[in-house]
Formats: sequence, C-alpha cells, structure tokens
Amino acid sequence: MGKQITITVDGKQIAAQDGQTILSVAQSAGVRIPTLCYHRDLTPTGNCRICVVEVEKQRFLQAACVFPVADGMVIHTASERVRKSRGRTLELMLANHPQDCLVCDASSGSCELQDLAYEYQVTVPEWGSKGKRYIVDSDPNPFVRVDFNKCILCRRCVLACAEIQGRHVWNVAYRGFDEKIVAGPGVTMLEARCESCGQCAAYCPTGALSDSMSHAVARAHQVKKVMTTCTYCGVGCQYDLNVKDGRVVQVTSNPDAPVNGMALCVKGRYGYDFIHHPDRLTQPKVRRYLLEGSARPRDRGEWVDVDWDTALNIAAAKLRSARDTYGPDSVGVLTSAKCLNEENYLMNKFSRQVIGTNNIDHCARL
Amino acid sequence: MAGLATAFGSGAMSNSMADVANYAASLLVIGSNTTEQHPVFGSMIRRAVRTRGLKVVVADPRRIDLVEVSVLHLRHQPGTDIALINGLMNIILEKGWEDQEFIADRTEGFDAFKAVVLKYTPEVVSEITGVPIEMLYQAAEILACNKPMAVIWAMGITQHTTGVRNVMDLANLQMLLGNMGVAGGGVNPLRGQNNVQGACDMGGLPNVYPAYQAVTIDAVRERFEAAWGAPMSPKVGLTVTEMIPAALEDKIRALYILGEDPVMSDPDVNHLKHCLEMCDFVLLQDIFPTETAQYADVLLPGVSFAEKTGTFTNTERRIQLVRKAIDPIGQAREDWRIISELAQRVLAEGKRQIGEAPYAGWDYAHSSEILAEVNALTPSYAGATWERLERGETFQWPVPNSGHGGTPILHIGKFARGKGLFAPIEDAPPAEMPDAEYPMFLNTGRVLYHYHGGAMTRRAKGLMEIYGQTRIEINPEDAQKMGLDGKQRLRVISRRGQIEAEAWITDRVPPGMVFGNFHFPADQNVNLLTNRALDPTAKIPEYKVCAVRVEVV
Repeated sequence: MGKQITITVDGKQIAAQDGQTILSVAQSAGVRIPTLCYHRDLTPTGNCRICVVEVEKQRFLQAACVFPVADGMVIHTASERVRKSRGRTLELMLANHPQDCLVCDASSGSCELQDLAYEYQVTVPEWGSKGKRYIVDSDPNPFVRVDFNKCILCRRCVLACAEIQGRHVWNVAYRGFDEKIVAGPGVTMLEARCESCGQCAAYCPTGALSDSMSHAVARAHQVKKVMTTCTYCGVGCQYDLNVKDGRVVQVTSNPDAPVNGMALCVKGRYGYDFIHHPDRLTQPKVRRYLLEGSARPRDRGEWVDVDWDTALNIAAAKLRSARDTYGPDSVGVLTSAKCLNEENYLMNKFSRQVIGTNNIDHCARL
Repeated sequence: MAGLATAFGSGAMSNSMADVANYAASLLVIGSNTTEQHPVFGSMIRRAVRTRGLKVVVADPRRIDLVEVSVLHLRHQPGTDIALINGLMNIILEKGWEDQEFIADRTEGFDAFKAVVLKYTPEVVSEITGVPIEMLYQAAEILACNKPMAVIWAMGITQHTTGVRNVMDLANLQMLLGNMGVAGGGVNPLRGQNNVQGACDMGGLPNVYPAYQAVTIDAVRERFEAAWGAPMSPKVGLTVTEMIPAALEDKIRALYILGEDPVMSDPDVNHLKHCLEMCDFVLLQDIFPTETAQYADVLLPGVSFAEKTGTFTNTERRIQLVRKAIDPIGQAREDWRIISELAQRVLAEGKRQIGEAPYAGWDYAHSSEILAEVNALTPSYAGATWERLERGETFQWPVPNSGHGGTPILHIGKFARGKGLFAPIEDAPPAEMPDAEYPMFLNTGRVLYHYHGGAMTRRAKGLMEIYGQTRIEINPEDAQKMGLDGKQRLRVISRRGQIEAEAWITDRVPPGMVFGNFHFPADQNVNLLTNRALDPTAKIPEYKVCAVRVEVV
C-alpha cells in the first residue's frame, strides 16, 4: 500500500492510503456504497455500474469498486446524479428480468437485485422485453439450478469458479444483447468438468444459479440457520444448516467459517439428504434369539423392534457377561471418527473404566 | 502418526491449511488426492498456484487432478515412496542444499541417516521408482530451492506395509531442509474423516489415554485410575485390524462398534465377515443399518451430526463446535446419551466396582459437561472450554489453559521430544507384487462424490446421480490390449476375492495398474480384493498395493 492521503467523501474528510479503491475506503469509514457485481472475496470488475459515485473533476461517474483514490479527491456517493444513474441501471437490468419473484427461490432474502430494486424503488419498466429467452433449469447438473433468464451478467459465478474453486467452468460468451454465461465451450456443467461445489450458486446475487435440492422448499423467513461443522472429511468446513419444520432443507455458506469461508465441496453443500433418508434407524432392534433366551443361530436370526430399555439391558448384560466370564480383554470397542470428541472420550472411558480393557480403536488406520 | 511421533514426539499435522496455502513457496503432494479427498483444501492449493505461483510437485502413480496445476509429476511405481524420498535427499546432499544449521541445532541421528541416503543414488532410485533421473534432479531443485516447502500426504503414504517408515522418511526430508516449525512448511498428514484427529486425541486408541498419554506409564495410569475410580489395564490393547480377527481365536467375545462399518472399510472383506460371524456378540450403534448390521446382535439408533451438540477436531487440530439443528429422528438418541446409559447399566451389577472419584460418574445432562471432563484430563484441550467455543472462538491444540489462543504451528524452536530424530530408512517392496497369475497392481481409494464406506453418500440422491456405482479406472493401453470399448464391465480378481464393475478408461492410472473404491457394497467393493498385510508398527493394512488379474465380463 502507498502513502497516507486524505479524501473527502460526502463532505467528510477520510484518511486513506494511495492505491485503495474508493469502495474500500468508504467501507472502512462506514460509508455505504451499494454494490452488486462486487464481492469481497472476488476480484472487482466494475461491470455492473451499481457502485458508481461522482468524483469531482471526473467527467463520468466512476465505479467505486475499481476506481483508485488520490490525495484530495472529493467524492459524492449519493448525489442526485448518482442515485438517478443507479436507478436507471437497475431499470435496465429489470427490463429483461423474469417477473416471477413470487415463486423465485432467491427472492425471499438472497436476491441482491431485489434488495436494490426495493431500495431505489425501481419496478420492471413497461417497455421491457417480455417472455423468456432461455430454458429454465437448463443444465442437467443435479445440484445447481440454472435459469439464465435471471442472469444480470455480473460474472460473480465466473470469478467464483475461477478464483475460489480454481476450476474455470463458467465463461462469458457472445456480445451485446446475446451476451451470456456458458459452461466450458457451451456444454453442460459436468461436461465442462464442474465439481458441483456450488460456489457459483452461493455467490450468485439473483436466482440465475441456485440450489436445486432446495428449490421451492422454503422462504428465508421460514428457515432457522444453525452454524455447524461438516460431517464429511477432515478439513472441518463450517456452514449453516437451514432448518424448516424440523427438517434440514439446505446448506448455505457462512462467510464467518474459520477454515473455509464461503467455500464448500459437493458433499458438504449437497450431501445432506442422508439425514432424512427413510433407511435411518429410528428404533432399537435386537435379534429374536436374545429375547427368547435361545442359542444364537449361525445367521443370527431375525430382527425384532424393541424399546430402549430392552435393548440397553440386553446389550449391557452381554458386555458384562463377556467381561466377567472371559476377562476384560475379551471385549473390543470400536469408536468412531465420525462422532464427537465428547463421544470418543466416553468410548475411551467406557473401555478403560467400565470394561477394564485397552482394546479400543477406530478407523484412523483404514 | 507413529512415524511422526518417533521423529518429533508428536504425531499430528504440524501446520495449518491456510498457512500452507498462504506461505509455502513449494509443496510436495505425495499420496494425497487433495482435490477429491479434502476438496476445499484442494481448491485453496489451486488458488495459491494461481494467485502467488506456489510450485506444486505431485508424487503419485495416478495422474490426480492436482497434476494439472503442478510444475512436476513424479509418477513412481506403487510402493516405492521410500526410494523416491531417499533419492531426493541424496540429490539435496549432493548439491549441498541441506540446512546445516537446523541439522546441527535441532536434530540428532544425522550421520546414520546420511549413510543410508548416500546409497540411494539417482541411478539406483530411477531403477526402483521408474522416475527418470532428470526428473529427480528437477524435483529436488524445486523443493529444496523454493523455501519454505510443505509436505502434505494422506493414506497414499500410510496405507502400506512400510507406512510408518514412509512417514519417518518424509520427516527426514523436512528436517534435512529445515522446514519444521516455520510458516508454510511442516509435515502435514491430512486426516480422512471429519473427526479422526479428535478420536485419536480423545484416547480412541489401544495404547493411549486422551492426549496421547501412554497406558503403559504407571504415573499416567494412576492419574486416570484416580479420576475414574477403577483399576485399569497396563497392557496395550488390540488395534481394529487385530481385534476383529481375534474373534476367530475366541480372544474377542464381544464387540461394541460405534459408527463404523468394517464390512465396507476393512481389507479382505471375505475374511473379515467370517471373523464377525464367529464373534459371540456384536453391538452396533449407527444411523443406518449398514453392511455390518448383518453381523450384529443388537442395533442401537444413534444420530447424525445435525442432531447433536459437541465438538469435532479437524485435520489441522482445530477444535470446532457442532451445533444441534434438529431433534433426533424417531426414537434415535444422541450417541453420548446411549454410551452413558449403557455404561450405567453395565456397572449396575457384576464384578467390576467403581469407587468414589471426581470423574467416575456417567450422569451427563449435556455434552458440555463431558467437554469439561475432557478439559480436566486432556492437557492439550485444557483451555478449549465450552464457554469459549460458544463465544465463537476456535483453537488449534495444544490449548493448555483458558488464556491460551491455541497453536497454529507445532515444533517452533523445539520438538516435542527435544531434538528431531533422523532415522535411516531403507526401501522395501510391498507385501504382494504382481506376478504371472495376477499381473496388475490394484490401488484403492475414494472419489469426490462419495465418502468412506458410502453409508451416507449412497443415500444422497444427487451424489448417486453423478456417481452411482463403482468404476474401475484402467489405462487406455491396457484397455486396448484387452479389447475394451468402454461399455463392457470388468471382473477384477485377487487371491482373496473378486469384484465386477464398470470400466473407466483413463490415463489417471498408469499402464499396469487399476484403481477402485470402497464406496459400494456387495460385489463392487474393492476391499474384497485388498490385502490385510499390515504395517508392523501402525497395523495399517496395505490398501494401496496388491496384485490382481483383470478380465472382461
């Protein structure tokens, strides 16, 4: 960073460093400049023109996210000229935007376009184009729902894929009104070597790229978000489980996650539906021979659903009897690399205190 | 783990993922398919290559995805890691690139080590590994002259009969170059499951109590006896790979299995099933009726991570909160409640009496009470209290007290054992090599879309849509010789069993090798084929190398 300078933003003198952008200076001084294509994790491109501000001695409005400050610069972030420009930009974005906010997944809290339209009270113009230009849900990827009718060409998806995931699936193709986002050379996402991490959907400011699994499932205010740690690999990503009516309906990135930030992988973001799978064990089961007190058949015989007391008493009696008859080392305990620290601690205590053996291990070796 | 514990006195990832991604100048990835097994860390590495020119050297018989962003790919023969690492160190010594100050100040055993390494000349190593001499020189130069250099590995290093020695040799490499105790360096084994690190830290191992306190040390054992109110065994217990087979000899009569699926994840499944069949009593606690359930007598429904509160510890030793989002499904119960209930019932009668002691009881109302007990008995977790975690703090252990902020980098200034120990490590071939009857190598592992035994991911619809059955990776050269057109299924046969699966013709595998995964049950599981030959110290099976014959179905 360069030397200390001073600029004036909306009449206030603010200390800045040479080389900073107007947006970063404004943000650190608590001055809000609305943005749309800008995201703090991604390289600023200045293409949406929502963050434009008036810089004295500059003929045109300048995009705050990319324009560098200079000593003595005088900036107006909310002048009439600026507000009018932003309103007009929004109007142009909405002119070819589908008017299906009533049923759009993004519109209930994650649509930044809608937030700005509300703030600037811009509606879809009368003269806008009607009808859809692209197929809705146009890509066969099972996780990412693609609806480019809602795309505002902000390029966040392109950057998220390139800069966060390092996979370069999304590109911009064609020119002018035909300009659009394509996967690879205009193929399906998976053909373009997509890893289905969903970063593009997480960074999309509209409903153009969204999560298929949670399509038409819940509105933002119906959902409780609980930040937790992922159950899959050892990286330890954190994210928000989105819960509606006692069911996990979506996983969303939580930018405060210490290890991963917004980034997640396909299993973490989209591999949660096992939680409510009908195969889940919901009742203790014991083999019939244990209830009848008969000898164990070679194939162990059939399962019987029982209550907790019955199952726990049988299990406890069997473990106790092995311990007391054949000695503590006749019992083996396999604890779990999938379970909590607290549970692993208890399994270690169970083996050593309750049984009296060090025969405890887990699948770290496997 | 055992390898690093021998070299340094502590067996965990020495640095942090962000630290490697932000500060390493070069990176050796050996036996880790990072973008598929630790995908978010994989993408951090790709980002570091793109944004700041991190130089990645991949050493792997397979052309894994990270090869695309690497500057060099060493495609050594399976099971020749030691020869390769010794070869690189030989060149480092030849060129004088070693860190003499670090070696003198912080290590011991250098001379004996050096004597062995000097035998591994580039010519010898090239012969053993199949890596051209010129590439060995290139790799050594990249890794030695772009410091700090970090090494990352996973099961590709450890799942060999030489696993522990492979790890010790990587420790040798990092001491030789002085890359220990610095940001962007270190030895970084990536743990495969969300809480492998925590399960080890918490004493889920046959030789140690929580925080790696050995069961064989009297003072340690007495401390736990005093805490838990019972006499405890001074004898090291059985590992998983010994425990289940011990059922055949009636040494093990009862098994209590929590959230593990040995029928999917253990080697030589046919043999394993036989052992489980012979076990008198098997108690299984899980969220699904897994493949192992067939061999169980009692099945207790535990809950998924979404239904409980507690902590996980990630691969970089970071202790983080898991928060309950939904109530347990059906009558399922939080696993810690089940374990506690069971403990109380076992202790209710019988020969073993528990005395008065501060942590003798099993009456926990919340998992935070268990963590408080962990804080008291686990020095490295002492300061990782519930209150601090609840406030949003996370720590990398050791966190010795409640004022401590955690330890992102281990071994700064001093190793846990004092001086780092160089060990002379000799190359040794895998337990089973291809021959006339079984002419190909089988390598095994996981894929991006699935996880371990697959009990969870096979029940995730979208993941199954993308990857719904085992695919055997086979090189185009071999495919052509066999007349494969990409549509036929393959039968893969080893001395222990056979599987049938779809072929994926790809140069991800070299000629002479096939690769399969263990995510799918029944006759698609490669663990029907794998060898239960073990590393003599860590008792890890040799999943990464065995000999097979491949036929078109």
